[in-house]
Amino acid sequence: MRRIGYGLLLLLLAGCGTHQQSVTNSAGTQAARIEILWWWMLGILTTIFVIVVGFVLGAVSRRRGGSEQMPEAQVIDSARDRRLSRVILVLVIMVILFEFGFLVASAIVTKYERGMSSKNPVEIQVIGHRWWWEFRYASSQPSEVVVTANELHLPTGVPILIKASSADVIHSFWVPNIAGKRDLIRPYQTSMWLQVDEEGVFRGQCAEFCGHQHAHMAFYVVAEPMNRFQAWLQAQKAPAKEPLEHKARQGRDVFMKSPCVTCHTIRGTDAGSRVGPDLTHVASRSFIAAGTLPNTRSNLMQWIRDSQSVKPGNLMPSMDLETSELESLVAYMQSLK
Amino acid sequence: MSTIDRTINEQEAGELKTKLHDLWREPPGFIGWFAHVHHTSIGKRFFVTAFIFFLLAGILAALMRLQLSRSESHLISPDLYDQIFTTHGTAMMFLFAVPMMFKAFSTYLVPLSVGARNIAFPRLNAFSYYIYLFGGILLFGALLLNTGPDTGWFSYVPLSGPQFSPGKRVDIWAQMITFTELSALGVAIEVITTVFKLRAPGMSLNRLPLFVWSELVVAFMVMFAMPAVMLSSTLLILDRLIGTHFFNPAEGGDPLLYQHVFWFFGHPDVYIIFLPGTGIISAVLAAFSRRRVIGYMAVVLSVVSTGFLSFGVWVHHMFATGLPALGMSFFSAATLMVVVPTAIQFFLWIATLWTGKLVIRTPMLWALGFLFVFLIGGLTGVMLASIPLDLQVHDTYFVVAHFHYVLIGGAVFPMFAGLYFWWPKITGRMLSETIGKWHFWLFFFGFNLTFFPMHMLGLRGMTRRVYTYPPESGWQYLNQLAGFGAVLMVFGILAFLVNAWRSWKGGAPAGDNPWGASGLEWGTSSPPPPYNFLFPPTVNGREALWDAAPDQPVVTGFHNDSREVLATKAIDADPEHISEMPGPSYWPFLAAVAVGGLLIGSMFTPWAVVWGAIPVTAALVGWFWPNKNEVERRRSREIWEPEN
Repeated sequence: MRRIGYGLLLLLLAGCGTHQQSVTNSAGTQAARIEILWWWMLGILTTIFVIVVGFVLGAVSRRRGGSEQMPEAQVIDSARDRRLSRVILVLVIMVILFEFGFLVASAIVTKYERGMSSKNPVEIQVIGHRWWWEFRYASSQPSEVVVTANELHLPTGVPILIKASSADVIHSFWVPNIAGKRDLIRPYQTSMWLQVDEEGVFRGQCAEFCGHQHAHMAFYVVAEPMNRFQAWLQAQKAPAKEPLEHKARQGRDVFMKSPCVTCHTIRGTDAGSRVGPDLTHVASRSFIAAGTLPNTRSNLMQWIRDSQSVKPGNLMPSMDLETSELESLVAYMQSLK
Repeated sequence: MSTIDRTINEQEAGELKTKLHDLWREPPGFIGWFAHVHHTSIGKRFFVTAFIFFLLAGILAALMRLQLSRSESHLISPDLYDQIFTTHGTAMMFLFAVPMMFKAFSTYLVPLSVGARNIAFPRLNAFSYYIYLFGGILLFGALLLNTGPDTGWFSYVPLSGPQFSPGKRVDIWAQMITFTELSALGVAIEVITTVFKLRAPGMSLNRLPLFVWSELVVAFMVMFAMPAVMLSSTLLILDRLIGTHFFNPAEGGDPLLYQHVFWFFGHPDVYIIFLPGTGIISAVLAAFSRRRVIGYMAVVLSVVSTGFLSFGVWVHHMFATGLPALGMSFFSAATLMVVVPTAIQFFLWIATLWTGKLVIRTPMLWALGFLFVFLIGGLTGVMLASIPLDLQVHDTYFVVAHFHYVLIGGAVFPMFAGLYFWWPKITGRMLSETIGKWHFWLFFFGFNLTFFPMHMLGLRGMTRRVYTYPPESGWQYLNQLAGFGAVLMVFGILAFLVNAWRSWKGGAPAGDNPWGASGLEWGTSSPPPPYNFLFPPTVNGREALWDAAPDQPVVTGFHNDSREVLATKAIDADPEHISEMPGPSYWPFLAAVAVGGLLIGSMFTPWAVVWGAIPVTAALVGWFWPNKNEVERRRSREIWEPEN
């Protein structure tokens, strides 16, 4: 089932693969630098580990005092102890020098990340909700602000300014392949820079425990060249189109009369509440329920009818709708391209 | 009173034994059990209780591994899973690690190691035990009633605040903290006083055993760290119960304040758990290398400086919150500095092994296992000190792997080293070497199999505290490997329980000093008599028994009509005066019940603090009520020295 979601994403990207989620499979400028630091540290620390364990094992195999009777305590050779202490002093100085180098390397990586800037950056507000993501693409015209959920489109090769905040509890924004994480803490808004260097689809997820459905608070990053990104952004700016099919029009009426309208926005209609995700272009997304289910007809049906069995404890009530109502509602959702 | 040569015949010794036994023995029977105040009795309770909580929290861990062995598993609901992981973490930290490594080991062993007949403030010691026990029962009782805390062992606001966590779950967490930290503060006071005032003559501070140094440093750390967590949990419960706004941004509060106060305790707490382990390792390595640890002064200074540094690193838990870079780099550097004293200790231990005549028995095996496991945890800790690396792996299974390597490596391996080492002293019987080796190897392989793959899981993006994960994440295989390792660990623990049971029922008698070790505790019978030492010892060097003269003097001159101990000077341990210790009493238990009632009642109504103060006051008045005989006896012995 999930493969369908990936299939949709693949179709969307026409040829760019989804990437295995991993810190060591970097596709962003920050993650790439951290990855270099990681491999160096892994190499150095593994060497230290092997040497230290070698000394312990060497000592164990070197001199045994037998195992039946506990031998008498040794007479201490103080001169040898002092010689050993001097060797240890040298080793400790080496540890301090290594740590200093590591600190400097870390600082350089941090400085690079924090020092990014751009005159006219793509600016995106990331807002954590229990348990979904709101992404708002800034614009000088308030009416041009694009609001979407759980699918973050980013242009490749340019610095992006992320403004991070939360609507309720603490969440943490993290796409391992692109950059390190940032906690989203109400009432603060913090900013961070990131840059994606490869096209592709990357999974991200909430990294700070935020309650029952922390496990199902994921999102997908779709990184594409600037021209495709701009085209996507233009499409997202448009309000929802009037549904053409009869069934979808019925579905819209169901939406407007049912509790759906009290939480969701569909721009271009009367639905304007900001409690739940913006659904204006919900059909353009590959997943629903914050990266939990591929966006298919049957999954939409299941989610609307019984969201509590998919994500127990989530804030969307399971809807008590007639089957025909449900079918037309889903038809409406699928028309919101 | 003075220190004299040992010139006493068999018959006099027998009479003295009977007399001391009558003076120091604890009241018999079930009811009498509640009046015990001797540190060996209370210490054993700390051991058993903390170990039971270790097993219970371990069962919760096994349930989590079961749930995570399949993707999108519906075995455990998210609501229950949240309670399970919160209770697992809370119990392991507050009910197992600190009570075992600090309260149990120091209550039982510190008085014996410094040659005292009892711990200072023995009734406070009993109170500390009961209040800890009640806190533990509160937590697990709540879990059984489906009101177990479910916001993580750190309970960050606003998730744990009144808006997002209504109900009693978080209140129970917060009050459980008060119980256990009250207990830890009590033990800290007892340990510090015992070490500074009740040492054997001759045991100047620069001859204090390394194990006692560790527990002493930890006791000081407890005094500074525990008030911080009691503060954070009390502010939280005030926000929740009586509508204060310490953490509510809408009214000028700040959720980050909670994180600062919590981690100001939380990071020193890690060292509170780890430093007793280093003391145990020093004791075990010395005994089984048949030589003292190289660089006594360097080890002591390492432990002390680790204690200080641990209070300056807390922000490394908050690198992802978006604090200013310059401030964070200070904490990054401070974190790297902690590596230095730890490295010094490590190198000195290896040099000790290198120059010793090694005897590989089970305690030694655990100590060597510690060196291996803790080393891995320490090295991943170096990685985590770096801000950019931490930003990637923070709150992932990489961190889960890291701190299990550090905490199981730094506490559980030394705990088993210490248990196998001192078990003969505590019970008078030996444990089986064969089962002990099975225990070690099962646990060692199981542990590494469980936690090593978690490093990889974290790098591949698996975050902490998730009750399930999607099938296409590719995390299932590594999680199953971890689950298999957990099974091996369970078998290891079962082997230990079998070993303990067999030894208890009919193990070989241990004799006074089966390992030929150097600590004063090995200079008395196993198990120690109720008065610990027939004649309190004196000390001639750092390794008390190894350095003792053939005619090492003992302390005499007691009146032997009450529980007397010799108080000595803080630095040089010169004899100062004889001090009387209180005898058995039910009041510590009753006081603990009264305080427990107040704390639990306060979760339901603030008035419980007012009305609950009445029984608390009554219990304390009873506790400190003067006894006429005692007062007259002391007055008759007062020596008046008129000024000039």
